[in-house]
Amino acid sequence: MSSMKVKAKEKDGIVEVKALIKHPMETGQRKDKKTGKPIPAHFVQQITVEQGGKTRVSADWSGGVSKNPLIFVKFKGGAKGDMVKVAWTDNQGGSDTAEAEIK
Amino acid sequence: MQTDTKRRVFLKGSVASGAVAAAVGAGLLTPQMVLAEWNKAAFESKTVEDVVKNLGLDGGEESADINIKAPDIAENGAVVPVTVDVGMDGVESIAFIVKENPSPLVATFTMGEGGVPFARTNIKMGKTSDVIAMVTAGGKTYMAKKEVKVTIGGCGG
Repeated sequence: MSSMKVKAKEKDGIVEVKALIKHPMETGQRKDKKTGKPIPAHFVQQITVEQGGKTRVSADWSGGVSKNPLIFVKFKGGAKGDMVKVAWTDNQGGSDTAEAEIK
Repeated sequence: MQTDTKRRVFLKGSVASGAVAAAVGAGLLTPQMVLAEWNKAAFESKTVEDVVKNLGLDGGEESADINIKAPDIAENGAVVPVTVDVGMDGVESIAFIVKENPSPLVATFTMGEGGVPFARTNIKMGKTSDVIAMVTAGGKTYMAKKEVKVTIGGCGG
């Protein structure tokens, strides 16, 4: 099961890509309320939005991005029917990719 | 062409590129993911000044072409929607910085081929703060800021 939902739509030559990622986005600064022990940092670090073999937009994040994060970016050069691929990696070696057809 | 670009970026991150090469070799990263190193020094900086320095930027002049859309008052600092829309040509990157957060640098977005200078995500804010957008375009740095008042902070336990 994917950790991510991707939607892409083209309007007036601009492709809008929205991805929702299921991820705890722990900063490493919080403590477990029961044990008092710090909760290790666990967050998405790098995201790429690819289409047509090109990286259109990429992002680097800290744990300061909200839990279950959203990324919304735009690019030119894609057309309806093309596939957009979004990929992420986190600071603990986790990763996932998902694709969507441009509507 | 594309390989050359990747190679150049790859070589630029000379300090940690060995680790990345190992990760690529081990199949942990696809080649497309190897854009540049995650900027640990910038993300772990505790002041805006250090963030700017570690991103390799100058202070930046304020620009009316950078539009920050964020709530005036955020009731829940754990989820503050921020959109940055830049009306400039040749934008290379957009950074989201929360001045009063313990680690001010929250996100950087890099425009690749065809990338439109627009980015939205939801961010955490510990308390009332300026949200700063720093934009690089044509080798220059520009910035804009907007204050967001936070009722309940989003960084605590």
